[in-house]
Amino acid sequence: MTSDFEPRIISFLCTWCTYTAADTAGISRMRYPPNADIIRVMCSGSVDPTYVLRPLLDGVDGVLIGGCHPGDCHYQSGNYKARRRIVALKMILDSVGLDDERVWLRWISGAEAGRYAETVTQMTEALKEKGLNPMRQKWAV
Amino acid sequence: MRTVIPVENDDTLAAVRGFLRRLLEEQIVDALLVPMETPAGGGRIGVVPALVTDPGMLDAANPLAPVMGVNTARVAGQVSIREPRGRVGVVLRSCEVRALVELAKLHQAELDDLVIIGLDCLGTYDVPVHGTMQDDGALDMAALLATARSGDLAPREGYAFRSACQMCEKPHAEGADITLELFGADLTAGVPVTLPDEVGEKLGLGSEGEDGQRSEVVEKVVSVRTEVRDDRFAEIREQLDQEGIDVVFAACVRCHNCMDVCPICYCKQCLFRSHVFQHEPIQYLNWARRKGAYRLPSDTMLFHLTRLNHMVLSCIGCGMCTSACPAELPVDLVFRATGARLQEGFDYVPGRSVEEPLPLITFREDEWLDVGGE
Ligand code: SF4
Ligand code: SF4
Ligand code: FES
Repeated sequence: MTSDFEPRIISFLCTWCTYTAADTAGISRMRYPPNADIIRVMCSGSVDPTYVLRPLLDGVDGVLIGGCHPGDCHYQSGNYKARRRIVALKMILDSVGLDDERVWLRWISGAEAGRYAETVTQMTEALKEKGLNPMRQKWAV
Repeated sequence: MRTVIPVENDDTLAAVRGFLRRLLEEQIVDALLVPMETPAGGGRIGVVPALVTDPGMLDAANPLAPVMGVNTARVAGQVSIREPRGRVGVVLRSCEVRALVELAKLHQAELDDLVIIGLDCLGTYDVPVHGTMQDDGALDMAALLATARSGDLAPREGYAFRSACQMCEKPHAEGADITLELFGADLTAGVPVTLPDEVGEKLGLGSEGEDGQRSEVVEKVVSVRTEVRDDRFAEIREQLDQEGIDVVFAACVRCHNCMDVCPICYCKQCLFRSHVFQHEPIQYLNWARRKGAYRLPSDTMLFHLTRLNHMVLSCIGCGMCTSACPAELPVDLVFRATGARLQEGFDYVPGRSVEEPLPLITFREDEWLDVGGE
């Protein structure tokens, strides 16, 4: 893939942790790629697989789900359940011939602005490697 | 206890009907949910589930008919889900028993007042095939029942069992309260049945006979079917890998039949029947401009992938989805092959036990520690 390919990422960030980290990263003027659009959610456990699938099938290059570290979920077990759901989702994607590596789940606390910036940087790089999501050219989905 | 329902004049069906009648007469149950024969036009007989309270009407019951148009677990929920309700005996094939267990865990059926009467399954035909066979005079019950003894299950030559049955490695009924154990039995002589002692006593049945050939015959059937299943899984996995689900399901007409007949897909307010996917006209135009073309109705792959995500861990492989698909897509194969992988990954066997929690409502703290990390 040519280096001028800019992947598009949709991210679902838990308001109590990763969203705060993203906010702090912005306020602190940390430098990281502008490729990720943020959708704020109340908990990683509220992300239905459909939210992840729709953008992927539309042609978005990657989906990031950010939640509180295990044990830190404000709703006790939302992130543990999210983990199972995302593991299942990735198994399904892989089983039906779709690329499960375009879906990332990361635990990033509100204090980890640096880790958030790093994650977006890494994900952008990894998706550049992969190139365009083939779904972007498929209309018959 | 294990006993044998005696068969007279080689009429296995009459013996089974007699046994069911006794369950009603002795008030072991208030009603039976059982496949019933009914005229279906042009001289054909249809077989559909009905809730029967009149023992006299069980002359039309036929749980042995090799046809499956409905997964009866779907309706077992309707007659059990809340009080007041009666005590209902549900006559189910093995895959229907498994579906009922999953529905109980999904709170769509209540097992407390259900008496599950499970039946070894010798294979079923699709409804239209069953009709054609009647027209052709090709429906030979005696020949079919004879396959139970040896375990050489096969459809009548020139006709095919439903695709799910061809690869069903769990045709033997498990986890029922009363089990009609057809496998290994000479059904012209008697129908072996296991049932709770108190039910046996009420019916005046004495304990009789051992397991006989059943375990061996089941083992044989399972190994033959497992081989077919594995071959088909390998084939569809290869195809999905090469072409992707969007190609495999490209001809889908979005009728939602697969979802409607699936015993596990129970949601009353399915997302895909909601207004979520009704957009402003200009929105479609914008989407079309983005890819140059936009498929309508929209979100067909999203429909299948969402269904996979929402229910595939509970897929019990009844194949009703494939039977109902007008586009003749291998829906059950895709769902079963995918389901098998997830079920293994989560160490879950759908339909095995009501005690086993559904994988997506539970969790362990110390699992998949690499997910969420680097
Ligand atoms: S997906 Fe198909 S095979 Fe699986 S439970 Fe539903 S109808 Fe049966
Ligand atoms: S039954 Fe077949 S055509 Fe209808 S929605 Fe399901 S896969 Fe598509
Ligand atoms: S509140 Fe942050 S993951 Fe649940």
